[in-house]
Amino acid sequence: MLEFGTQFALVTLAAAVLVAVVRLVRGPTLPDRVVAMDLIGILVVGLIVVLAASTGVHATLDAAIVIALIAFVATIAYATYVEKGHPE
Amino acid sequence: MMDFATGMLWIVGSSFAFLAALGVLRMPDVFTRMQASTKASTLGLGCLLIGAALQLGDLASILRLVSIGAFTLLTTPVSAHVIARGSYRADIPLWHGTVLDERREALEKAQATEQPEMG
Repeated sequence: MLEFGTQFALVTLAAAVLVAVVRLVRGPTLPDRVVAMDLIGILVVGLIVVLAASTGVHATLDAAIVIALIAFVATIAYATYVEKGHPE
Repeated sequence: MMDFATGMLWIVGSSFAFLAALGVLRMPDVFTRMQASTKASTLGLGCLLIGAALQLGDLASILRLVSIGAFTLLTTPVSAHVIARGSYRADIPLWHGTVLDERREALEKAQATEQPEMG
C-alpha cells in the first residue's frame, strides 16, 4: 500500500503542477498567474514532503519550509502590485 | 498498519491537490479559481503532511511538518484575501454569470442619489 501510495502521490502531484503551469502560461490576467504560482508553490511543498518521507532524507524538509515562506511573500508582493493598478 | 494509513492519506491528499489544480484550470474567473486553489490545496497538503509525519516519526521531522502545516493554514486565507481585494480594485472582470456584486450595487446607488462614494 505504501509503495502504491507513494507512486500515486508523486505522479498525481506532478500532473497537478503541469495543469497549474497551463493556467500560468494562459493567463489571461496577472492575478490568474499569481494564483497559479501560489498553487505551484504549495504543490512543490507537497512533493518535497512526500519525497522526504518516502526516502527518509529529512534535510529536504527545510527546503519545503523555505519554499512555503517565499511563496507567501511573493503572493503578497504581487497582490500589492496588482492593487496599485498594473493588471497585465 | 502505519504504512497503510500513510498510503491512504497520500492518495487522498494528492487527489485533492490535483482537484485544486483542475479547478484553477477550469473555473471561469480569478475569484472562483482562487477559492478552488486555496480550499482544496490546504486540505490536500494537510493530508500529505499527516501521512509524512506518520511515516517519519522522529521529533525533529514532526516539528518541521507541523510548522509547515501551521504556516500554510495561517497564510493561505491571508494571501487569498489580498489577491481578491487587489484584483477587485484593479477592475479585473467578473464572470458574466456572476449573480451578486454588492459593492458595485452600493457604488451605483451612491452615484444615483448624488451622495459621497461608499467603501
